[in-house]
Amino acid sequence: MTVEVRGEEKMSSNGYLAGSNLERVLRAGHFAVTGELGPPQSADGEVIREKANLLKGYCDGVNITDNQTAIVRMSSIGAGTIVIQEGLEPVIQMTCRDRNRLAIQADLLGAYALGMRNLLCLTGDHQNFGNHPTAKNVFDIDSLQLVRMVSDMRDECIFQCGDAFKGREPRFFVGAAAAPFADPIDFRPYRLAKKVKAGANFIQTQLVYDIPAFERYMDKVRELGLHEQTFILAGVGPLKSPGMARYMKNNVPGILVPDELIDRMSAASEPWAGKSKDELTSEDKLARTKAWRDEGIKICIELTQQLQEIEGVAGVHIMAIEWEEAVKPIVEGAGLYPRPEV
Amino acid sequence: MIVAEQKTLDEVKTLIGEAEKVLVVGCGTCVTVCFAGGAREAAITATSLRMASKLDGAPKNVSDVTVQRQCEWEYLDQIEEQVKEADIVLSLGCGIGVQAMVEHYPDAWVVPGLNTSFLGLPTEQGVWAERCAACGDCVLGLTGGICPIARCSKSLLNGPCGGSEAGHCEINPDVPCAWQLIYDRLSGMDKLHVLLDLQPPKNWQRSRDGGPRKIVREDLRLLSEEEG
Repeated sequence: MTVEVRGEEKMSSNGYLAGSNLERVLRAGHFAVTGELGPPQSADGEVIREKANLLKGYCDGVNITDNQTAIVRMSSIGAGTIVIQEGLEPVIQMTCRDRNRLAIQADLLGAYALGMRNLLCLTGDHQNFGNHPTAKNVFDIDSLQLVRMVSDMRDECIFQCGDAFKGREPRFFVGAAAAPFADPIDFRPYRLAKKVKAGANFIQTQLVYDIPAFERYMDKVRELGLHEQTFILAGVGPLKSPGMARYMKNNVPGILVPDELIDRMSAASEPWAGKSKDELTSEDKLARTKAWRDEGIKICIELTQQLQEIEGVAGVHIMAIEWEEAVKPIVEGAGLYPRPEV
Repeated sequence: MIVAEQKTLDEVKTLIGEAEKVLVVGCGTCVTVCFAGGAREAAITATSLRMASKLDGAPKNVSDVTVQRQCEWEYLDQIEEQVKEADIVLSLGCGIGVQAMVEHYPDAWVVPGLNTSFLGLPTEQGVWAERCAACGDCVLGLTGGICPIARCSKSLLNGPCGGSEAGHCEINPDVPCAWQLIYDRLSGMDKLHVLLDLQPPKNWQRSRDGGPRKIVREDLRLLSEEEG
C-alpha cells in the first residue's frame, strides 16, 4: 500500500509555515521538547500562570488541552492567551467533539489573532468519559479533515466551504496525534500516512513505554518515508506509581507498559513492602510516594534518551499533567537543557 | 427495521393522567417484530393499565386494537370509531406512528407508549443493534458495507481513532469498533487500499442537520394525478 502526499505547503516570506518557536526549533534540526498543560476546572487564570512558569524554559511549546477527557475546563485558547503572556509558546489543542466546522474555524481565526501559532488537531475523547455524558456531541468533521481544513486555510487561503478569506489567513504549524499501539496495529503507520497526506506538519504520539514496539512502528514509518515529511515527537510521561502503570497497561487503549517497568516501580517501594495500610505512617507514605516519583522520572529520562536514538524521532512530547514539576528534572536529566534559542 | 422499547408503566401512567377511556393502539410492522408494540404488547399494556388504575382506586376503561401499519393513514381509517370514543390514545407505534395518528385524527389526544430507539436488526434472540443513521448520503460503498456513521461512536469517516482496542470501542467493551470491523473486512477482501483515501468532510445537509427532510417523486405524483 502506498499513500500519495498532499500538494504543496506554502511557506511565508520568512521561510516558515507559521514561524512558531516549535517550528523553528524543529526545522533547525534540534531535538524538540513539548510539554502539556491542563487548564483548571475553574475560571482561575492564576493556575495557568503557575503551571506555565514550571514549564517555561524547559519546553519549546506547551500543549493546552481542550476539555481533556470530556471534562469542562477553561478553554484552550483562553488559557493559551495567558500562557503567551507568561512568555511560553502554546500548542492549541482543538477537538472535533465540541465544535462544528463553523465554530472551529471561527475560534482558530481568533486564536491566530491572539498570537497562537501551533495547533494540534484531535478527534476528541467521547463525552461518555467526562462529566457531561448526557451532552450531544458534534463530530461534524474528524481529526484528518480538521488537519486538511486548517492546512487549506493557511496554504490556499480558503475556508472549508471554499470561500476565499477577505484579509489575512491564519498560519498555523499544524499537528496531529498518532496512536502507534492502538488496534488495528498493522494499520497505524498507514493512518499516520493519511494524517501526513492531510497536511500534518508535526505529530505527537500517545505515551511510549515499550521501546522495541515503538521501534517496529518507526521501521514502518521510515519505510513509508513519513519521517521526512513530518516531525514526529514521541510521547513520554513519568509514571507516578506501580498502580498507575498497571492501570494504564490494563485500562487505557493504545498504551503498552512492559512488566519490567512495572516491576521497577514496585521495587522502588521495596522498603515499605509487606506493610499494611494501617502500619504505614504518613511520613512513610510521603517517602514511598517520593521513591515512586523519583523512579518514574528516572524511567522517563531513560525512555527519552532511547527515543533520541531512533531514526526519524524529532523530539519528545512530555505528558506530565497535574505533575508539571516533573518536566524540569526530565528535560535536564535527558541532557536537553537549555532549550535552543532559534 | 425501526427498533423501539416500551416506556415504563409509571411514565405511561403520568402521560395518561386523569383520562378515563384509554385506547391502546399497537402496530403490526417493525415494533411487532421487535416485541415492543405489536398486538401482544398492546393487550398486555391495556391489562397492566386496567390493573394499575384499579389498584390506584380509579379504574380506567382501557381497550386495545392493533393496525397493520400505524405509519400509513389508510390503515388508520378502520379504527376511526374507537379513536373518537376514547379520551386518550396510547400509541405503541414508533414516533412515526404516533404522528400519523395525530395527523389523521387532529381531535384526538395521542401520547407515545414507546421510545423509538434506532434503525437496526436483531443480532440474536432478544438483541437488536443499530445499523443505519439515515444520514441521507450512504457511505457503505467506501467502507466495505459497515456503516461508520451509525456504528462508530464518533461517526468518523477516516477512522479508526486511538480508542480501538481488542476489537471494541473505548466507550464500552460491549460496543464493537466499527473501524476494526471495516479494517478486517477490507483486509480479508484484499481491498485495504480503499482506506488510504482521505474522505472529505461529509455533507450533513442531507442528514437531519439540513432541516426536516422530504422526498418528492414527481414521476409518481403525476402518475397518480393522471390515474385520478
